[in-house]
Amino acid sequence: MREELIVSGRMNPHIDPHLAIWEWQIPAYLFLGGLAAGILFFAGFYTLRDKQDEYPTAVKLAPIFTPLLLGLGLFFLFLDLKHKLFFWRLYTTIRLESPMSWGAWTLMFITPLSAIWAALHINTLFPRWDWKFDVVKDIVSWFASYKKHMAWIMVILSLILGIYTGILLSAFNARPLWNTSILGPLFLTSGLSTGAAGIILLSKSAKERHHFARIDLGLIAVELFLIVHMFMGFKASTQVQIDAANMFLGGEFTAPFWGLVVGLGLTLPAVLEVLELRKRKVHYAIAPALVLFGGLLFRFILAHAGQMSRWLY
Amino acid sequence: MAVDTKKCVGCSDCVVACQTENNVPIGYCRDWVVEVTNGTYPQLELEHRSERCNHCDNSPCVRCCPTGASHYEAGGIVTVTHNECIGCGACITSCPYDARYTHPEGYVDKCTFCLHRVEKGQQPACVSVCPTKCMYFGDLDDPNSDVSKVVKRRKYKTLIPEAGTKPQLFFLI
Repeated sequence: MREELIVSGRMNPHIDPHLAIWEWQIPAYLFLGGLAAGILFFAGFYTLRDKQDEYPTAVKLAPIFTPLLLGLGLFFLFLDLKHKLFFWRLYTTIRLESPMSWGAWTLMFITPLSAIWAALHINTLFPRWDWKFDVVKDIVSWFASYKKHMAWIMVILSLILGIYTGILLSAFNARPLWNTSILGPLFLTSGLSTGAAGIILLSKSAKERHHFARIDLGLIAVELFLIVHMFMGFKASTQVQIDAANMFLGGEFTAPFWGLVVGLGLTLPAVLEVLELRKRKVHYAIAPALVLFGGLLFRFILAHAGQMSRWLY
Repeated sequence: MAVDTKKCVGCSDCVVACQTENNVPIGYCRDWVVEVTNGTYPQLELEHRSERCNHCDNSPCVRCCPTGASHYEAGGIVTVTHNECIGCGACITSCPYDARYTHPEGYVDKCTFCLHRVEKGQQPACVSVCPTKCMYFGDLDDPNSDVSKVVKRRKYKTLIPEAGTKPQLFFLI
């Protein structure tokens, strides 16, 4: 028998008895960032394929909300900082070794880009919108002439934003649950899936909804594969990762993760989307709402459980 | 730094000395004592370890800091520049030893090996007060330093070397 105890009474706030430094702000941001990345990716992608008129929600309507989503996400990130007045230090340096640094810089570029994109399409949401000043009109029309270029940048930056939320966590070797390279692709897939769900919720055309339901189905399949793959990897890895996986395979996160995230948030909406595509009567909003719920809960559970997984004691 | 687990009695004097010397806020600590019990009664073995930041040679906290606030001082001591730290918690999350915490004023804080004392040629507070003199401090690049000599002579272990951080705190066994 072996027992290790801290006998000098260490009880540092948010560190002991287990790490809890990141609370609701981080998973909420990860969700908003992923959702915005998903929407912006589809907007850029279908602009490049000249399908603006076929998928107007994806290209014009949904992206109008992304500056708000990213702004809210950034506000949550700001709330998470403990030394708030020094936040600008993020932008006095670029540290390529630190995912948080290049993530911050990506946000610095994609947030204004999403705002410009929203400005170009604001008439979709408010048909009588008027910019009032000629200067603003000139600037907007100047950007409008570079739409294709913006779409390219948006596709690339949104993929970086989507995958960075996972890489941020997977770079922490100290937290065995996060320390897997699958997490980047998994968060990207989940972000794209929630983005597609957001578009389905906003779309008024059945054709567009069905197109994105098909995309979402594919993304959910990839996500389920990656989740199973991740746990297979953990179970075949070192003791710390076996312990991390066991929190989800019999441990305290088993029911919420497999029941609410995988069951209610991935499998059930996939089934509903199949039924809808086969012309059964299912309200179109149920599946995407469940996907959004699943994506949010997935990030909350992973952020919380990851901080509980550890090497020591 | 080297800590002799055969001499350490687990009195926690090092913890109190650190809190006093560094004005550590109440309820926090930068170093701590771990007691390990091995075996079943009556065949028991006891080990005491005075632990703190390992001042790793390959520090994940330095690597993941987005602003460069966490950095290596000359000589390899890992410290945090307070007015560059944004309190994002990345370094806290990256540390497999959980050696860091957020100071109530917002920045991240941790053991500095009492850099302010070392610069004056003194020992860190924890080393200087140890009643059994179980700790050895010095420059590992200097073959004549206390720590170099004892690490050469004695068997030692480091904590979770498999985490790949190259910890620089040696526990003599």
